[in-house]
Amino acid sequence: MFDFLHSDYDLLGAFQVTVRLTLCSAAGSLLWGTLLAGMRVGPVPLMRGFATAYVNIVRNTPLTLLVVACSLGLNQTLQITLGGRDFAQIGFRLAVLGLVAYTGTFVCEAVRSGINTVPVGQAEAARALGFGFFQVLVLVVLPQAFRSVVAPLASVLIALTKNTTVAAAISVAEAAALMKEMVENESDALFAVFAVFAFGFVVLTLPVGLLLGWVGRRVAVKR
Amino acid sequence: MSGGSVLYDTPGVRARRRNLLYTVVFLAALALTAWWVLAAMADKRQLTAAKWSPFVTDSQVWTTYLLPGLGGTLLAAALAIVVALPVGALLGLGRLSDHAWVRVPAGVVVEFFRAIPVLLLMVFAAQLYVEFSDVPSDARPLYAVVTGLVLYNASVMAEIVRAGILSLPRGQTDAAKAVGMRKGRIMTAVLLPQAVTAMLPVLVSQLVVIVKDTALGGAVLALSELLAQSRTITANYGANTIATFTVIAVLYIIINSCLAGFAGWLERRSRGTRRSGAVVPGARSAPDLGAVRAARTAKDERRDA
Repeated sequence: MFDFLHSDYDLLGAFQVTVRLTLCSAAGSLLWGTLLAGMRVGPVPLMRGFATAYVNIVRNTPLTLLVVACSLGLNQTLQITLGGRDFAQIGFRLAVLGLVAYTGTFVCEAVRSGINTVPVGQAEAARALGFGFFQVLVLVVLPQAFRSVVAPLASVLIALTKNTTVAAAISVAEAAALMKEMVENESDALFAVFAVFAFGFVVLTLPVGLLLGWVGRRVAVKR
Repeated sequence: MSGGSVLYDTPGVRARRRNLLYTVVFLAALALTAWWVLAAMADKRQLTAAKWSPFVTDSQVWTTYLLPGLGGTLLAAALAIVVALPVGALLGLGRLSDHAWVRVPAGVVVEFFRAIPVLLLMVFAAQLYVEFSDVPSDARPLYAVVTGLVLYNASVMAEIVRAGILSLPRGQTDAAKAVGMRKGRIMTAVLLPQAVTAMLPVLVSQLVVIVKDTALGGAVLALSELLAQSRTITANYGANTIATFTVIAVLYIIINSCLAGFAGWLERRSRGTRRSGAVVPGARSAPDLGAVRAARTAKDERRDA
């Protein structure tokens, strides 16, 4: 029943692409999301407005549209390659771009809710010491905010892992693309194919949730 | 907290000058980016009037492509929510059952379908309909997309319903028991109505997720929904890729912003009634860490004051 596992499908390779997509997008969206959160709570009205508008617009756009538009609009129409050399590399980078643009908004919201959990007195004390906005944010508020949003960020990471399948829409050779190919070719083993891919994602997402949940409880600032 | 006011003082002379500098620099960066994008678009002839004007002047773009596409999106989303809501409620109640033979399977189903990407479910369902059903091939994408959305969103809604019921004060159950109600009656007459009221905003915002996920069906399974129309429009109106994606994105943003606004309105309304002590005393709108912490912080503030 599982003999398709021994044939020439590159199952591990596909999941490897999924993992790489997840890691690259996670790093990118953490940076971009924190930057957006910083702009949203900052003193400059223009930056606040930009970040708010960006979050509200992108959060309400389907990820599929963003990724497909990156491929058809940026790459095929405007010939932007993001420094990629071949088809696979360009597709991968475009998918990461779309995922970062989308996931960054959720990271921003999580970080912002974390900033809200830091007691007002902390920022007041820092300001009393003569800290400017950046110093208050980077030295005092964000370190505490991150510790309290490990769990919400873990759910964002899990959602991101699942969202990497959207890259199949622009033919990046990750797990969902391989599954689509396999269910058509191995239709007599449909349930086995589905079980293998489902198991793969359970293995990818379940430990992350458990581990980061534990980490979140460990590092949270007890108040 | 209004965000800003805590992190910085009311700007003085120097701070105002510095903020002005940031504003100017940021504005310049934005303008540069915009100019670069427009230049790149102009270079590839994406800015010509012919590529954008059909959406304003030619009503056929709307009647033949965009509106039917929008209809397809809304149909799939509506079917998915109509089926997923009762299934999700049942699964959520199942997880709260006193009997392990109901609770454990419901828990396994919910956790399993929540862990799996909705696209895999759609692809699997599509092939399932090919192999084991006589659904006509042109209806298969819709069936597959709705099946995938239902499996995923029912399990998400099960968690929402469960969290809603668990967030109710214990006294509700105790009081209902004290007046002699049985388990089923406590659930249907006391707990569920309150939980649904408290959970309504979250359920409505889940609609946004469903609407967004229908786009997967268009990109991967040939469901004729809004995003899928981009192919036919660009084929018929001269490779106006960027104009088409912009218009389609705006349509999605309008629908989803309306839904998100509605959810926000519901939440404000339910919070209003809570303050007057009527419908859901002590219910938290979402059991997330941040909200709980924020509430706790707010309490500490009050104690200090």
